[in-house]
Amino acid sequence: MKKIYEVHGMKKLVSLALTFLIIQLLISTNIIDDYLQATLVTICINIILSVSLNLITGFTGQFSLGHAGFMSIGAYVCALTVIRMPTTLGFILGVFLGAATAALVGCLVGLPTLRLQGDYLAIATLGMSEIIRIIFLNLKITNGAAGLNGIPQFVNWLWLFIFTAGTILLITNFLKSSHGRACISIREDEIASESIGINTTKYKVIAFTFGAFCAGIAGALYASYFYFLKPDLFGFLKSIDVLVIVVLGGLGSISGSIIAAILLALISTYLQSFPEVRMIFYSLLLVIIMIFRPQGLMGSKEISFSVFSKLGNFFSSKKGRV
Amino acid sequence: MDQFLQQVINGISLGSIYALIALGYTMVYGIIKLINFAHSDVYMVGAYVGYFSMTTLHLGFFPALLFAMLVSTLLGVVIEKIAYKPLRNATRIAVLITAIGVSLFLEYGTMFFVTASVRSYPAMTGLLAGSFKVGNIVISMQQILIVVTTVILMILLQFIVKKTRIGKAMRAVSLDQDAAELMGINVNTTISFTFALGSALAGAAGVLVGVYYNSINPLMGVLPGLKAFIAAVFGGIGIIPGAMIGGYFIGAVEVFVSGYGNSMYRDAIVFAILIIILIVKPTGLLGKNTREKV
Repeated sequence: MKKIYEVHGMKKLVSLALTFLIIQLLISTNIIDDYLQATLVTICINIILSVSLNLITGFTGQFSLGHAGFMSIGAYVCALTVIRMPTTLGFILGVFLGAATAALVGCLVGLPTLRLQGDYLAIATLGMSEIIRIIFLNLKITNGAAGLNGIPQFVNWLWLFIFTAGTILLITNFLKSSHGRACISIREDEIASESIGINTTKYKVIAFTFGAFCAGIAGALYASYFYFLKPDLFGFLKSIDVLVIVVLGGLGSISGSIIAAILLALISTYLQSFPEVRMIFYSLLLVIIMIFRPQGLMGSKEISFSVFSKLGNFFSSKKGRV
Repeated sequence: MDQFLQQVINGISLGSIYALIALGYTMVYGIIKLINFAHSDVYMVGAYVGYFSMTTLHLGFFPALLFAMLVSTLLGVVIEKIAYKPLRNATRIAVLITAIGVSLFLEYGTMFFVTASVRSYPAMTGLLAGSFKVGNIVISMQQILIVVTTVILMILLQFIVKKTRIGKAMRAVSLDQDAAELMGINVNTTISFTFALGSALAGAAGVLVGVYYNSINPLMGVLPGLKAFIAAVFGGIGIIPGAMIGGYFIGAVEVFVSGYGNSMYRDAIVFAILIIILIVKPTGLLGKNTREKV
């Protein structure tokens, strides 16, 4: 058993290192130019956002429409830190401060609102993220509607990779732990899991806080790459953007979220000059998925290495038959 | 004192519009337990239909109002048939996501056809353009028009819900869908009718807002829609008089916050009210507590 685990861990490490090196190579040979690099950053940020929202909505079953609010907290806190401390240390500090603030707010908001169920929770979280946006719009330190400008840029592929892979690993490992299992049981049946002794409120708040923390990281990365922040970037539509990714990938599938984040980023890069068409496409996608395939692309399944070996078997058996 | 009374008048006008929209939310929620996000966009479409029938078709105010209500009704029924009916037995989150999708589709579809630019409603003429003074308080004819139209529509709605056969069916389905079906009520027709009623009211609200604020745009529904929903929750969702009370309350709060406080925080305060109600009394002002059974 232990051996299998080690082999699996090795495979994971090797594949992560390979992903990093290949993209690094493509960047240094300029095949991924500046424009594509911006898409790459968007993809990574969307992966962090959607995986963390999937933890809240897909795995714990708590429908949240306020992810953009947490993202904006991370973004603003990181930006304000980095502006005052434009060093790498300041950047790392900014990311963690931003994420921690988002987590703190997530915990404070989650404690009372997570008692609500389903659509009430959705509306409460939507209200919360609107309140956060309006506060940023009125604060002096965030420069109101004009926004913050000239945030020093520290994010490069290395940082992006560390934070994205780190978030995915953290969340997958959390879901494999007993705490993660408790969260999944809440999604399946809240009353039943309560009756077997799971403190449902506690685990809901843990998942919510954890999700907010990761959204804060995503916001911080956004702030430090795109130089510029304004409250309108983090409106209701941003939350919907993330929700579309999660729903398309499958509620309860980490690899689904990753695939959907990449897919949608590529599509919206092509539709960049037609923002209305992009939104019409998104909205139709939401409706059509819900009507014909409500479980999303991947359902609650994950892609893992066993899939490749199964595929291998499938093809070899086919060859054998022919 | 004068300023206070003036704010009350403004609050009632604004509250009437919120109440009209909130009625649609509350009826649909009462019958299929869905927050119909697309409702606020039916209201937006109503405003646009009113605009085009006044400018392109040169209709008067009342024909334009009726025409907008008619188109909104059709739109509401079509949305229900295409998007929500296939999901009758799906999870509530699935239907909610669909509703968000339909809402975005209407917003950006409208934006695609009529562009995102703000349009201004044609000015009212004749008697409707006037205003009069009571003491130092100015009451415009438009405000009277809004309040009177709203009250007439509400009385009509109460009549339909309380006195007619289909109204009785609506109440039965919202109490217990399965039992109603066993009693021979056609549940699908009843649900469609509920959407039709709610959408007609939203269309009327759209035209009234166009007349009152003079400007419309494809995203005009988002915030009023959310606030109307908050109004419905405040009054107790699923309860028709609750939505009316909630609408007037939210309208008054908004007007008083802009009048006496900081208008920048107007929306934040409305959302804060929502969160407080949800935490303190999620069933709303007139709602009763029901315990969840396994």
